[in-house]
Amino acid sequence: MTGMARETPAGDLRLANLTKRFGVFTAVDDLSLTIGQGSFFALLGASGCGKTTTLRMIAGLEEPTSGQVLLGDRDIARLRPYKRPVNTVFQSYALFPHLNIFENVAFGLRRRGIRSVDDEVLRMLSLVQLDDYGNRRPAQLSGGQQQRVALARALINRPQVLLLDEPLGALDLKLRRQMQIELKRIQTEVGITFVHVTHDQEEAMTMADTVAVMNAGRIEQLGAPADIYEFPAAAFVANFLGQSNLLAAEAAGTGGGEVAVTAHGARFSVPAGRSRVDRGPVHLGVRPEKLNLVGSADQVPAGHQHVTGVVTDASYVGVSTQYLLRTGWGTELSVFTANSGAAAQVPVGSEAVAYWDPRHAFLLPRDVDDADRTSPVLDEPVGASS
Amino acid sequence: MTLLAQVPTGSGQPAATPPAARSGRHRLLPYLLLLPGAAWLLVFFGVPLVQLASASLYDPSGSLSTGYALTWAFGNYPDVLQAYWPQFLRSFGYAGVALVLALLLGYPLAYAIAQKAGRWKNLLLVCVVAPMFTSFLVRTLAWKTILSDNGALVGLLRDVHLLAPDGRLLATPFAVVLGLTYNFLPFLVLPLYASLERLDYRLLEAASDLYASPVQAFRRVTLPLSMPGLVAGTLLFFIPASGDYINAELLGTPNEYMIGNVIDSAFLVRLDYPQGAALSFLLMAAILAVVFGYLRRAGTEEVL
Amino acid sequence: MRLSRWLADRCVMIVALLVLGYLALPILVVAGLSFNRPSSRLSYDFNEFTLDNWRQPCATSDMCDAVVRSVQIGFIATVVATVLGTLMAFALVRHRFRGRSGINVLIFLPMATPELVMGTSLLALFVSAGVPQGFWTIVIAHVMFCVSFVVVTVKARLAGMDRRLEEAAMDLYASEWQTFRRITLPLVLPGIVAAALLAFSLSFDDFIITNFNAGTTVTFPMYVWGAAQRGIPPQVNVIGTAMFVIALLLVGLSSLRGRRARRANLPVGPAQGAPVRGRS
Repeated sequence: MTGMARETPAGDLRLANLTKRFGVFTAVDDLSLTIGQGSFFALLGASGCGKTTTLRMIAGLEEPTSGQVLLGDRDIARLRPYKRPVNTVFQSYALFPHLNIFENVAFGLRRRGIRSVDDEVLRMLSLVQLDDYGNRRPAQLSGGQQQRVALARALINRPQVLLLDEPLGALDLKLRRQMQIELKRIQTEVGITFVHVTHDQEEAMTMADTVAVMNAGRIEQLGAPADIYEFPAAAFVANFLGQSNLLAAEAAGTGGGEVAVTAHGARFSVPAGRSRVDRGPVHLGVRPEKLNLVGSADQVPAGHQHVTGVVTDASYVGVSTQYLLRTGWGTELSVFTANSGAAAQVPVGSEAVAYWDPRHAFLLPRDVDDADRTSPVLDEPVGASS
Repeated sequence: MTLLAQVPTGSGQPAATPPAARSGRHRLLPYLLLLPGAAWLLVFFGVPLVQLASASLYDPSGSLSTGYALTWAFGNYPDVLQAYWPQFLRSFGYAGVALVLALLLGYPLAYAIAQKAGRWKNLLLVCVVAPMFTSFLVRTLAWKTILSDNGALVGLLRDVHLLAPDGRLLATPFAVVLGLTYNFLPFLVLPLYASLERLDYRLLEAASDLYASPVQAFRRVTLPLSMPGLVAGTLLFFIPASGDYINAELLGTPNEYMIGNVIDSAFLVRLDYPQGAALSFLLMAAILAVVFGYLRRAGTEEVL
Repeated sequence: MRLSRWLADRCVMIVALLVLGYLALPILVVAGLSFNRPSSRLSYDFNEFTLDNWRQPCATSDMCDAVVRSVQIGFIATVVATVLGTLMAFALVRHRFRGRSGINVLIFLPMATPELVMGTSLLALFVSAGVPQGFWTIVIAHVMFCVSFVVVTVKARLAGMDRRLEEAAMDLYASEWQTFRRITLPLVLPGIVAAALLAFSLSFDDFIITNFNAGTTVTFPMYVWGAAQRGIPPQVNVIGTAMFVIALLLVGLSSLRGRRARRANLPVGPAQGAPVRGRS
């Protein structure tokens, strides 16, 4: 394109021991991770977990208390934002209200002293399907259109890394789905490293190749979305990414490729490969959709494990029915059964047995006094932004 | 998660960290920006107040031509108070009556613009501010025409026997209070409007849903919620009104003179600086006392 | 219930319109008197219709000199106060520093002090310092009481501005200076203009503080004050009416602009939230 020096690929984005403190509060705590060049990386976490602060440190809008931000071999942590080959799509877009769409998109090029910007801007506007909108003001555009302008305004600079700060948070559900697919398409097309901050687990899983789940300034788990979902590393992850039934249990070591577990007086087992620990206090976890409901213990297929309880609630939600099953020791387990027509509805108040395939269970380390955990972590933003 | 919710949100808090502390140069910047303005205010507002305070303690027997000596003459204060207490009382009396009138006129006006005017809101607001577009003195003189003995208003009032055949409006306390009310009414209405404008009409619906009559809804919901504007408006009205002397001069007679007239003549006619300074200081002290007394009652209890 | 509520609604509006009438009445009278040929110099009553006053607004040359002087003073005071106040507003909104509350008090106090006190104290200062009073002491006084209003007006505009716009500009390769020039200044400008207009109108119309610090210099309000004793030339009403019309045109223009800006999502100038206070 316009022979920019920054086109040479710089390699991976690496954060090394990155820390940010605001007074006594540690927002980002000794964070280290590598984001491969050209990958779509999502930082997922509840509001206040430090994900936006991390993003702002990469952008240069926040100076790290300590640590490095490396782009290839170059430490850019102390460069001013306008000296970095990094651009941002801001939460609620931050489009310049006094400039029209064309000038908004051309802004970065002009600041770098590029004279003839017309071709580039028009091409970028057509990439985001806003060809005829150059003369409008930001306020005359819909939310989705503004989002696309913000994207074009950042992408036109061909940054090595594009940062997206909750870019779809202001859109309604339908538009958000549409833009998720759109963003993914554009990312594949331009091949730039995308770092996407969000509190929406579904969005992170849909779009990113790699997801990092953040909590209290640290990364709890990092990996491909399916891997994290199927085999979470910690109780927080298990209940932040989707929902899990976690039973407080004691593990007694590995034997024959299986870990034996005792929970609330009953014995279970989990394949060693799905156990983060094999001794001491553990959480025995099963996802609600991995549980099946039957009327009595004789109906449980061979090789499966089960608990017995009373159905206390049944919510019909279309694709599935979500049950609450109160166990003998009082914990209410979630059971999601697909409404495929195979199983009859179980009436509230009746006794029922929930069973699962041990290969779907997992074992997580547990604090000694931590009890059962069955409810999802709330991810509603606290305060204005996350 | 409650724990997380209590932790200050580390992310997204640009407001908490202005990009000030980047370098030493930036740390000095705010002081450089403030310096000229702050110096101007200090030299031409702060220092003169000190000067006024010391002038009020000058030896009263001095004069401009012979010079003044600072003799810590605290006696100036009781002296001027004894000589001019009627004007002091009149100042606060007139300003107080005008304030009550202004509240009676201004509250419905602010309420109507904020809640009932719909798309006429901005136009009506301009109408409130419009009087200030022309000279204060010229407008006050216009009242002289309106209230004139030969004017239509006086004629009408005489015809309906609200005024005696030789009764007057001009050169009476009524004219002075009317002028004060008129001149400072916009300062009361604007902040009040700002408060009432934010009032969500659904709160009144909720109140009436919860068995409040319209009067109770006003008393229990509208009035408390408009308190900040009411307090600000009251002060913006009362402070200039009690220090005013133009209305008394143009619309009244020496019988209606307020403390401002006395101070004006002390400084500019009689050239008695110690007396004028003492009166000025007393005026300020009295206003501050009234304001703080008022803020204690209205401000802290009801606003906060 | 329905009927009484209907009446109550209308009642508030009717009272409001009557009060607006009360506020408008003197302006109508001023406009009317500008077409009056008074029967005598000291008469305030309407006598006879004439266009003479408008044809020869400067028939009394003293008055026109006073108007010109007021405009000059207003212009200088506005420029100085706007610059000083805008700088202070930037410091207050954009920086953290020690002594902020002290500065806030220093800015607030002049707005809460009776003009009489400010006027007399400045007089005391100038007299004891031996400064001869005249044009420049008036300018000094006007800058002093205008600065606070400028700070408050610009501050409101600046505080309402989204910091992310500046961050976005820096992210898009604009240096600090470019960010200020391309983003901050254009977005704050309506606030600065509003502050300047406010300062000019405060200065142009000030009487009390000017009266104590003018020496023998005569501004328009002082001319009116003096003429009120000797007899008011009807041209005073011409000036009053013209001021009103000019201001009204300015408001009309800015609201047109504002309407266009609103469509373009530019926050509209602070005209409505502008601070006000009693003055004369």
